Amino acid sequence: MLIRKPAAIASSEITPEDVYHGRREFIAAGALGLTGLALPHSARAGLQDDDEITPENIVTQYNNFYEFGTDKSDPATYAHEMTTDPWSVTVSGEANKTGTFAFEDIIKGMDVEERIYRFRCVEAWSMVVPWMGIPLSNILSQFEPTGNAKFVEFETLYRPREMRGQQGFFSSIDWPYIEGLRMDEANHPLTLMVTGLYGKDLPNQNGAPWRLMVPWKYGFKSIKSIVSIRFTEREPINTWKQLQASEYGFYANVNPAVSHPRWSQASERRLPSSLFNANRRPTLPFNGYADEVAGLYAGMDLRKYY
Amino acid sequence: MARYLKPIIVSALLVPWCWLAYRVYLETLQVGSGLGADPVEGLIHYLGEWSLIVLLSAFSVTPLSRQLKWPVLIRSRRLIGVFAFVFVVTHALVFAVFYAELQWRVFLREVIERPYITLGMASLIILGLLTVTSTRGWQRRLGRRWKQLHRWVYLAVPLALLHLLWLRKDGYADVFIYSLWAAVMAAERIHHWRAGERQKQSRQTKASVSI
Repeated sequence: MLIRKPAAIASSEITPEDVYHGRREFIAAGALGLTGLALPHSARAGLQDDDEITPENIVTQYNNFYEFGTDKSDPATYAHEMTTDPWSVTVSGEANKTGTFAFEDIIKGMDVEERIYRFRCVEAWSMVVPWMGIPLSNILSQFEPTGNAKFVEFETLYRPREMRGQQGFFSSIDWPYIEGLRMDEANHPLTLMVTGLYGKDLPNQNGAPWRLMVPWKYGFKSIKSIVSIRFTEREPINTWKQLQASEYGFYANVNPAVSHPRWSQASERRLPSSLFNANRRPTLPFNGYADEVAGLYAGMDLRKYY
Repeated sequence: MARYLKPIIVSALLVPWCWLAYRVYLETLQVGSGLGADPVEGLIHYLGEWSLIVLLSAFSVTPLSRQLKWPVLIRSRRLIGVFAFVFVVTHALVFAVFYAELQWRVFLREVIERPYITLGMASLIILGLLTVTSTRGWQRRLGRRWKQLHRWVYLAVPLALLHLLWLRKDGYADVFIYSLWAAVMAAERIHHWRAGERQKQSRQTKASVSI
């Protein structure tokens, strides 16, 4: 049986959507000690005072998931064709416990947390999304990676029958989609394996049944619908880097100082933007999570390792 | 039929504008309902796509009128061309007003730093020149040079196609279709030009024989 509902969290503990939208008042009230309720600290990490939760219909209808087509609306239209139950995950490489596991067995008994993260796409738009998920380190540790595991590589499902974008003759992507992290990035407490959003199951177009969320990196690092986890000694070659290394790097940390060759990264449009208000705001180093993660890259030339 | 040709073409060219007006109207009722979550991008892409379609339509008039042996069609060429330019200008204006938010520095920096925008802008300038000189008055004034000037469309079309190709991250189906369309129309022109050359040559040989 698939355990999609986070078992360890009572529905009474899930913040209702209207509380999300009134978050600033909520936090202000919390700061004044007027309420005993409070989101766990990590749930708010990196959020700016004027960050507002993006409406759910935008988060679930405006997606880059090229497995279903290159248009932003394609994933919401076609992702239902993907079967997510049963879902098995292959674990391989530099770890003691490798093999093929049922998705529900991997996450069984694990606490699902709620995290409100800023989400910044490399195309210079951004959102604020209430995710539900499990810290990636909790998931990876059960496979007992060995000392040789320096990186972890993820792979998206490859199933052209159900993922029409993978049949495309006019695509230059070599499926399946691949992404990877350095082990210290993967084990960072902010890195989340997402199983839901807005207190609900993760919709297919957002990467069901589980997807990565690395809030300080451009969105393409946060790989969706994962079927393979491989611990490696060498740096994985992620799909976009393989396709266009001059534009997309392995690290892909949000960095307003390093522009993409085809668009500026200095600012971003926060969705929903309207015709008369682009809702443009400056992009922050590490997407606003510099305090938490900048130390991971101490001494590295971030212009070279973009 | 010839009498109704222009009204039919104008009505057809107004359809994308009506559709756009309807989407913008929806958008004013509720943000995100008419033009998607990123309305500025939605608007720019919509206008860009129609710019290309109408430009390619204008580019197709001459070959079509030859192949269909329907010279009346030529009379609608300017009309379609001017419409194409209106789409292109609106496309660029939306970028300047809504995307760059009328900050000319932002606008200029984008045009200079992003090669695909540079190409699009070059195409726009050419099409602007062609539009301005499309009147009978300019045709008379420029005489032989008018034809030479309007051959610049052979540069404006590939620039527009490159502009689209270069901004894409992946998924080139439409770029392929538009390029094929342009290639077919260009091939007809080359074919026609060669036939003309052959005729000229045979006339010359005949002339020399009669001497």
